[in-house]
Amino acid sequence: MPATAVAATGSPPAGTPRLDVARVRSEFPILATRVHGRPLVYLDNAATTQKPQAVIESLDRYYRAENANIHRGVHYLSQLATEAYEAAREKVARFLNAASCREVVFVRGATEGINLVAQTFARPVVRPGDEILITEMEHHSNIVPWQLLAEQTGAVLRVAPLTDAGELDFDGFERLLGERTRLVSVVHLSNALGTINPVRRITAAAHARGIPVLVDGAQSAPHLGVDMQALGCDFFVFSGHKLFGPTGIGVLYGREALLERMPPWQGGGDMISSVSFERSTWAGLPAKFEAGTPHIAGAIGLGTAIDWLSAVGLDAVAAHEDELLSYATAAVGRIPGVTLIGTAREKASILSFSLGGIHPHDIGQVLDLEGIAIRAGHHCAQPVMQRFGVAATARASFALYNTAAEVDALVAGLGTVRRVFAQ
Amino acid sequence: MTQLSALYQDVILEHNRAPRNFRRMDDADRHAEGRNPLCGDQITVWLKLDGEVISDVSFDGSGCAISKASASLMTAAVKGKTRAEVAALFGRFRELVTGETAEEARGGAGQAGGLLGDRGVSGAGQVRNAVMARAQSGAGQRS
Repeated sequence: MPATAVAATGSPPAGTPRLDVARVRSEFPILATRVHGRPLVYLDNAATTQKPQAVIESLDRYYRAENANIHRGVHYLSQLATEAYEAAREKVARFLNAASCREVVFVRGATEGINLVAQTFARPVVRPGDEILITEMEHHSNIVPWQLLAEQTGAVLRVAPLTDAGELDFDGFERLLGERTRLVSVVHLSNALGTINPVRRITAAAHARGIPVLVDGAQSAPHLGVDMQALGCDFFVFSGHKLFGPTGIGVLYGREALLERMPPWQGGGDMISSVSFERSTWAGLPAKFEAGTPHIAGAIGLGTAIDWLSAVGLDAVAAHEDELLSYATAAVGRIPGVTLIGTAREKASILSFSLGGIHPHDIGQVLDLEGIAIRAGHHCAQPVMQRFGVAATARASFALYNTAAEVDALVAGLGTVRRVFAQ
Repeated sequence: MTQLSALYQDVILEHNRAPRNFRRMDDADRHAEGRNPLCGDQITVWLKLDGEVISDVSFDGSGCAISKASASLMTAAVKGKTRAEVAALFGRFRELVTGETAEEARGGAGQAGGLLGDRGVSGAGQVRNAVMARAQSGAGQRS
């Protein structure tokens, strides 16, 4: 990375260990892929991250040596699988600094976590005219479950506005916190804008009025510290596959007192205490929310991903990614015709932009031919696109294995895009 | 630039830059709107009928170069044709983008296949995807 870029954007705080990016990269087999004859430049990490060898091996090992159903067998393999699955839960609990493993529910992903809260926390208590408060920067997964709830209950979805920089208008948000607000549900790190929301402030403002808060951590978990005690939120969701783990596994964190009083999410095996045709009783936490055979391998893989990420060190990761984002913001921002979408003061890992009148899909297509993977589209956040008056944006999103040289490749690729579509 | 120029042929770039019949039509006899929820593309097509003949056709909206250029080429291809001729053209085009290989396309689809027929297999695949997505989302209603 050029010294000037570092100087312009500030160096990481003294004492932060530097990330050995070459070594990190060597642990991701897929990064050796060539695309259209060029080395892969993978800048679509907000969609999903690649998987380190350790995670791939843990899945392989589970299916080769440990596979059995959990929580039911007395036999050797079942105990092995149960221990591995529950050990993964403990890793997640430590990663989130949850008060106990009882607060960690395995789900398919952040989306299922939000739906679970909508249907089992909110639906039983929400009355017609009650309000759910979200923000204008939410992913569809934090909009549509509340719209379904609104249809079912007569609740009203309220939306806190953004500033032109893509930051939450905090006064506007506070004004919408009212007598009828039953839940606040906000994204921690916006997938379309890169904005980091002031979750502690949001939580404090909501709690001052007795309103619980759900935080969508799908993007934040791999990039920021996600300490439940520090954030103070009541629910938190994230997806394994955006944190270097497998797809199909994610986590709902919920405060024990809240989870206790919620009814089950789905009915089936593993979530019961006893069943008769007259009446069934529910298992305790967190089994009450985990009906059926779960994604055992996925949970174990996620546990491995958390171990791996923790060993690399989240502070070093955050410092590296901040440096990279600053470098990319300056380099891409200098390209004639580029408009950055999302210029919040507090940002991480995501660079959304438009380039003249060139459609983002054409940008993505030309870059693909150069081996560069970005996302083009509305990023499952159509209201954000409407807010900024665009149909779609191009988005480069970074992870710990990306380098300044890859940013340079992106900038060169955007030069090709401009030549092809010279107007 | 080989793959690049195979995909973004001059005809596409040129129609993207200066799309034909790119305007609203306030006195249209028919119109249909197509949206692709995957990419946010949105295109509206208007047409005017003189008996059985499409006497005028236009479109507007936003989309990538390939979707815009194909809409532009489509308006040029159907203008002045009868409804029956257009239906037959649509059928062949549909077959082309959903079924046939690029090789078959070169032989069979004539004018409507102009976009696909002249390009390499990889380009055809990508164009096919783009056009198919649009065709599926935009199997339009009438006003």
